[in-house]
Amino acid sequence: MAAQGNGQTPVLAVSHLETVFATPEGEVKAVNDVSFSVNAGEAVGVVGESGSGKSQIFMSVMGILATNGQARGSVKFKGTELLDLERSELNRIRGVRMCMIFQDPMTSLNPYLTVSRQMTEVLTTHKGMSTADARKASIALLDRVQIPEAARRIDMYPHEFSGGMRQRVMIAMALLCQPELLIADEPTTALDVTVQAQILELVSGLRRDFNMALVLITHDMGVIAGMCERVMVMYAGRVVEAAPVSQVFHSPQHPYTVGLLRSMPRLDETAHGRLATIAGQPPNLQRLPAGCSFRDRCDRRIEVCAQEVPPLRPITPERSKACHLQAL
Amino acid sequence: MAVITQHGQIPDLEETQGRSLWQDAARRLRRNRASVASMIILATIALLAVFGPLLSPHPYDELAWDAMGVAPDFERSFWFGTDTLGRDLFVRTMYGARVSLMVGIIATFVSLLIGVAYGAIAGFVGGRVDAVMMRTVDILYSLPFLFFVILLMVIFGRNLFLIFVAIGAIQWLTMARIVRGQTLSLKRKEFIEAAHAAGVSPMTIIRRHIAPNVIGPVIVYATLTVPEVMLTESFLSFLGLGVQEPLTSWGALISDGVKNMETRPWMLLFPAAFLAVTLFCLNFIGDGLRDALDPKDR
Amino acid sequence: MLSYTLRRLLGAIPTLFLIITIAFFIMRLTPGGPFDRERPIPPEIEKNLLAAYDLDKPLLVQYFKYMGDILQGDFGPSFKIHDFSVAELIAINLPASIKLGGYALVLAVLIGIPLGSIAALRQNSWIDYTVMGVAMTGIAVPNFVIAPILTLVLGVYLGLLPVGTWGGGSLRNLVLPTIALALPQIAFIARLMRGSMVEVLRSNYIRTARAKGLTERIVLSRHAVKAALLPVVSYLGPAAAGLMTGSVVIETIFGIPGIGRYFVSSALNRDYTLVMGVVITYGAAVILFNLLVDLVYGFLDPKVRYD
Repeated sequence: MAAQGNGQTPVLAVSHLETVFATPEGEVKAVNDVSFSVNAGEAVGVVGESGSGKSQIFMSVMGILATNGQARGSVKFKGTELLDLERSELNRIRGVRMCMIFQDPMTSLNPYLTVSRQMTEVLTTHKGMSTADARKASIALLDRVQIPEAARRIDMYPHEFSGGMRQRVMIAMALLCQPELLIADEPTTALDVTVQAQILELVSGLRRDFNMALVLITHDMGVIAGMCERVMVMYAGRVVEAAPVSQVFHSPQHPYTVGLLRSMPRLDETAHGRLATIAGQPPNLQRLPAGCSFRDRCDRRIEVCAQEVPPLRPITPERSKACHLQAL
Repeated sequence: MAVITQHGQIPDLEETQGRSLWQDAARRLRRNRASVASMIILATIALLAVFGPLLSPHPYDELAWDAMGVAPDFERSFWFGTDTLGRDLFVRTMYGARVSLMVGIIATFVSLLIGVAYGAIAGFVGGRVDAVMMRTVDILYSLPFLFFVILLMVIFGRNLFLIFVAIGAIQWLTMARIVRGQTLSLKRKEFIEAAHAAGVSPMTIIRRHIAPNVIGPVIVYATLTVPEVMLTESFLSFLGLGVQEPLTSWGALISDGVKNMETRPWMLLFPAAFLAVTLFCLNFIGDGLRDALDPKDR
Repeated sequence: MLSYTLRRLLGAIPTLFLIITIAFFIMRLTPGGPFDRERPIPPEIEKNLLAAYDLDKPLLVQYFKYMGDILQGDFGPSFKIHDFSVAELIAINLPASIKLGGYALVLAVLIGIPLGSIAALRQNSWIDYTVMGVAMTGIAVPNFVIAPILTLVLGVYLGLLPVGTWGGGSLRNLVLPTIALALPQIAFIARLMRGSMVEVLRSNYIRTARAKGLTERIVLSRHAVKAALLPVVSYLGPAAAGLMTGSVVIETIFGIPGIGRYFVSSALNRDYTLVMGVVITYGAAVILFNLLVDLVYGFLDPKVRYD
């Protein structure tokens, strides 16, 4: 995807990333030749179904793939290549300059350690702070994310917090070192709808205050609409469309994107009959069809779709798509 | 845009062969090389136990006055040597295999019967009955059971059948706890509630939903109980309370072997090796089963 | 915490009571008495013997008398080991068992836990297979085989350590029996720890810890170990009780004056009072160690809080 050219090194530059998992049934390519970049201060959305590879891209970036996973290609954080980087070097970037928050805060926080411990260790490790100072800074940030009585609660354990509060704790924990990039992997999926809105607003505000780049991974196009400037649509491990958010909503250029948008229930429509769906099922990543992975579910397919994988091509300086069709 | 089906028809999908939990587990087990090797070795030992004595010209209880305590001698077909009474060790090891394996399997089976029944009832009925039943288990745990087995042995004599039952009677406690735990946690799961709400009778619920889910840990634990049982039997033999002469078990052979360890090492070596290998195999298989049946293991 | 402990200890009394009752009746209801011998004793002598030990009274009377005596700390005389009361026998021999058991427990924990952790860290590598393979030996070979072999190798052939005597409990004499006693425990603990650690390392919170840029060492020692230890701690309760009350095999082979041998000898001899003494000691040990385990558990797992 073309970067907003202003000469600055992108915060994150991913080039031809391939992430492969070795399973007993064979190799699974969860991420298949993905390239994109994120600039300083930008908010980029990554949207797709489960199994589209959207999370695995960033597991590869952060170096936290499962043991049977391997990432190839290039991932650069402000010019520094991350893949194959020495762990000690990587630990100087992740957790401090590039942070990630996860989907389920109950299992993502250590139930056996106090919140205080889990937060102060970030500052003592990365910033060399004393425990006392780290504690003060952590309490301040907990206040910032609107945890009431932060000074008292910080000594509690994760199970003593509610779901929404736990996610706030995770966010605070990720922001302690004022990272340049925050990767949020479905931060609201496990939460109530009302809490969702609060969390998203919180992240939005913090992003502005800290001037952070944000990657928001989700399956919900609606979330993207409110939060992001650009969006990347993923399907079966590949990027199928990338564009500024307003343009994607206004004129989607890939049949899958169209399907996603159409399948969102809308408040301004009167209810009629059945919900719109996309026919068929996501493909088995171990046995991808030849050609375009989406062709079996696409009603606009043409002959070449079964023969060649459509490459991701720019259609305007700001947009690209991976589709053989000239226009929709 | 005809991409969207307005009427929600689900078109024919390529049939992906659904895999039941068992098929999945069987596949994973097959891939665990240690388990597969262990099963083959165990099968070989079992075959030897049954057919081994046929291979040798010597009976298991014949005393060879001119060959007492000799080292392995191929000319005279004493493949494993003889013991101090001149009995062929190979054949005796095979007979010992029969006894040890039988004790292992039957005693485990006994503990399974008692333990599963007890645990399932406690777990399923729940409430006070469960509380009382589990309290009883706790108290029984505090008794040095081995010691009561010894008592039984002393009183009723060294009856093979009694050994099965006595050892089995020690092991059922943990099995009961496991089954009860599984039943309890299953009872609370939503799919049981759903079945209940749909009007499925309790017996059918047990048969169709609870039993298959409980069987997994039961099988794993049973496989890991067999080695414990065999060790207990060998311990009883060491104390002189195992099977009666001239019948023998690996434990009895090993006890004799230890006494003669320095001068006639083969008397210890062969039965101990067989026992060790069997226990190794059982443990590997048990571990393999546990890995294969645990759906979280991905 | 304190009130919880007190409550548990108080609750232990009825449990102990039940244990004693069950054991008492099992012992007395089994055929054969302590004075049965190959050659029958003349009836008058037998009558006097029985009367001397109150064995001619109805069972229930004996039971109540026994319970009454116990409450005053009198466990009765040993039927077979003359000139000694059961209480004396236990008091004299328990320390040796505890000492040996204690050392074995410490050794097992100090070796087993790190071994299991290393195997988990290098899962499916040659280190893992080696450690687990060796651990298996501890479980697959009976200790009455390992002990003599160890003795032969270390004591006789290599002449490194003294063999077969208690020697007043000096450290050198304790080395061999401690190792022999600890080996199966090391094996079990290592396997347990490995399994537990492997599972913990797969958790989401370990993934988060790594994503925070913490060193692998901290991820393990601060984030993983606590959780991984829980099943091991649970196991250690009954294991400790067993170790402390002595192992027949080890005590016999190494000539240790502990109470382990009484477990077997008193049953074989139908020495009623000694049997009861041993059962009570074991029961008390189990209750005590289960309590300790629960306390430690409460310390490790914040979701478990006693008040």
